[in-house]
Amino acid sequence: MLDFPRWKVWSIWLVVAACILLGVPSLISGTSLADRYPAWLPQYKVNLGLDLAGGSHLLLEADARDAQKQRLQTMEDAVATELRRDPRIEIGDVSTAEGRVAFMVRDPAQVDAAVGRLRRMTQPVGITGTRDWDVEVMDLTRIVMTPTASGSEQALKNAMGVARDVVRRRIDPGGTKEITVITQGGNRILVQVPGVEDPEALKTLIGQTARLEFKLVDQSANPEDVQQGRAPPGGQVLPMADGSGFIAVKRRVMVSGEQLIDAKQGYDQDGRAVVDITFNTAGARRFGRVTQDNVNKPFAIILDDKVLSAPNINEPILGGRAQVSGNFTVQSANDLAVSLASGKLPVKLNVIEERTVSAELGADSIRKGGIASVAATLAVMLFILITYGRFGVYANIALVVNALMILGIMALFYATLTLPGIAGFVLTIGAAVDANVLINERIREELRRGRRTLDALETGYKEASTAIFDANITNTIAAALMMYFGSGPIRGFAVVLLIGIITSVFTAVNFTRMLVAFWVRRARPKQLNI
Amino acid sequence: MKLLKLVPDNTNIDFMRWRNFALLLSLAATIASLVLIGVRGLNLGIDFVGGQQVRVSFAQPVTIEQLRARVATLGVGDATIQEFGGGKGYVIRLPRPDGPDAAANAVVTKVRAFLPTAFPGAVVSAGESVSGKVSQELAKDGALAILFAMIGIAAYIWIRFEWQFGVGALVTLFHDVAMTLGFFSLTQLPVDLNVVAAVLTIVGYSLNDTVVIFDRIRENLRKFRKMAIVPLLNQSLNETLSRTIVTSLSILLALAALLLLGPDVIFGLTIAIFLGIFIGTYSSIYISAPMLVLLGVQPDSFLRVEDKDQPQEQPA
Repeated sequence: MLDFPRWKVWSIWLVVAACILLGVPSLISGTSLADRYPAWLPQYKVNLGLDLAGGSHLLLEADARDAQKQRLQTMEDAVATELRRDPRIEIGDVSTAEGRVAFMVRDPAQVDAAVGRLRRMTQPVGITGTRDWDVEVMDLTRIVMTPTASGSEQALKNAMGVARDVVRRRIDPGGTKEITVITQGGNRILVQVPGVEDPEALKTLIGQTARLEFKLVDQSANPEDVQQGRAPPGGQVLPMADGSGFIAVKRRVMVSGEQLIDAKQGYDQDGRAVVDITFNTAGARRFGRVTQDNVNKPFAIILDDKVLSAPNINEPILGGRAQVSGNFTVQSANDLAVSLASGKLPVKLNVIEERTVSAELGADSIRKGGIASVAATLAVMLFILITYGRFGVYANIALVVNALMILGIMALFYATLTLPGIAGFVLTIGAAVDANVLINERIREELRRGRRTLDALETGYKEASTAIFDANITNTIAAALMMYFGSGPIRGFAVVLLIGIITSVFTAVNFTRMLVAFWVRRARPKQLNI
Repeated sequence: MKLLKLVPDNTNIDFMRWRNFALLLSLAATIASLVLIGVRGLNLGIDFVGGQQVRVSFAQPVTIEQLRARVATLGVGDATIQEFGGGKGYVIRLPRPDGPDAAANAVVTKVRAFLPTAFPGAVVSAGESVSGKVSQELAKDGALAILFAMIGIAAYIWIRFEWQFGVGALVTLFHDVAMTLGFFSLTQLPVDLNVVAAVLTIVGYSLNDTVVIFDRIRENLRKFRKMAIVPLLNQSLNETLSRTIVTSLSILLALAALLLLGPDVIFGLTIAIFLGIFIGTYSSIYISAPMLVLLGVQPDSFLRVEDKDQPQEQPA
């Protein structure tokens, strides 16, 4: 009991001091003391969860149907581009119905060549030899391309990675905010933005796929057919964004949003809000050529399969700059500009969970939680003091050290403190004395059995240790399962419990034992008042 | 200094005298709880059934009827309104509309925009919207976590002690969880994610108490091999009684501070744990220990095989 080697004393003090040093910045954060805290000391601080800091939490899920649709459209464009190259292979209309890309090859002699070129476009998936698309010939001249399951899975995975980056760029174009954007479980993205109290603005930004396309208007189409949704050959019918009916456009894409390098909100000559876009070199060249060939014909500006506007090509547009017009407000034009500049979302994202807390409510929770924590600590300390006297003082010192250690370790690991976490903290304050209660009760018992002072202390610490160990394992199991299964706030609760269990065993067993040993060595008590 | 002794030295309470009565009472209470949950159901929050929830505070007190009438004009479904903070704060819960998730989010948007115009000075301080898919997952994960915690802890006790102790622990936990959920069914307090955390905490802390008592029973079984099981349990319970009371009281003191002074957002979490400490303390004395008698724990359960031939030590 009294045998405390110097290295042990030093390591205990070292651990205690380090944890307290790490815990202090979080404790004084937001008070005037924070300004006077020396800059050369560690500045680790506990991360506040959104329920305390205020902000928005959004869970987004990839729309599986849209993901497949976009993939088919991309392949449709790729097929058309590939087979148009020299040696050109003439094909009929490409269909993307029934989840596959299908078209006729006009000259049956070219079917094999077409299949060969298309197969080269497909990519292997993993190491099993599977490819991302199956290419088959049906009825001698029809080529059908079907996405494989593993190919779709791989594509979704890639799409989610891109989507995550796009979402981040849209919410935080400057890259300066402390936002969290992470993928979860294969088809989800978690977005946490502190300080944003109205998630509507976020949802507008994220909700737009922002697939921008320029297509020529099909003037040959019969207007009645168009209003009934019947597309002319080689064309498609799309709704107008303002709900004013339908318009027929050619399937072939002139240029798309992928070929632009910049988008900004601006104004047209009449002072209406528009989005000014700049194409990259290839896009500019292509846009220039198509506009040159189609002067005085209208073209459609299409955003997410809706036609924003269909202006006339008055003259060839050669500089690689264009204006997207379409009943914008300054805000919506600005949103679209941000969305376009950040790239299109490779898959549409749906909001499946949304939680917002205002900064005031968060601050109120911190204030009340803080008051409750202090009151809880004082109440427990008073109770332990009148119950155990001198040994209560040691347990109380351990309790305060324990509280600081929890903060310190949380700060060190960048753990997040949530509102249930504060509840976990208060609970830990109440429960942390348990180890000391076990020890002290055991010492009382041993004294009653007639053991002498030193012997009772020794036996008390020794015999209580198995109960302390076993009892804390049960809490550890519960807390670990909360970590594994729990979502955000619950995980915050479990983190505090877990850290609290570890620190409380350390402070209650090792730390108080050292304090008791110092006292016994100094005072050599004949009797214990416990 | 005169120290506070809540439990006098050398108590000798015959806890086990009422053990069959206590077991029957607990069994009846557990069944009553389960029936209550079955009949009355739990007031599951949006975390587990999906829907939207808006937290709003008003500058002037508003009655629940006024608020309900104004929200009804929005045509967003049946609102469940809960008050906090003396007529100035309410949590408005709305059902999940049918159709795609996008529609669900639109409802929150609508309510958010509506409240400040209908009641000048109203501040929406939090808004939540959970889709059916996410709520199903959260409910599944919550149930699994509680189930695994119960099984995991019982298995640990089985490994560290004997199978009878493991079964005793499992029965105790089942009782504690049933009683806690029964309380939520009775009061119709909303059950949200925090309540799952509370139940898990109760599972952990109730067993904490049980383990301390089991530990002492094991120690006494090894020490007093000729002693009959019932007096031995009584002695173990009496020896650990002071610790049980002091620890439970200090946890209750801390939680009371949180209940009285803490933020009302976590009221459900705190009240559940507060109650759970009572249930857990009761069950570790009156379920865990009597279960050992029922399951036939014998003093030789803890003897190593080679010890069994040795002459036995006399009781001290």
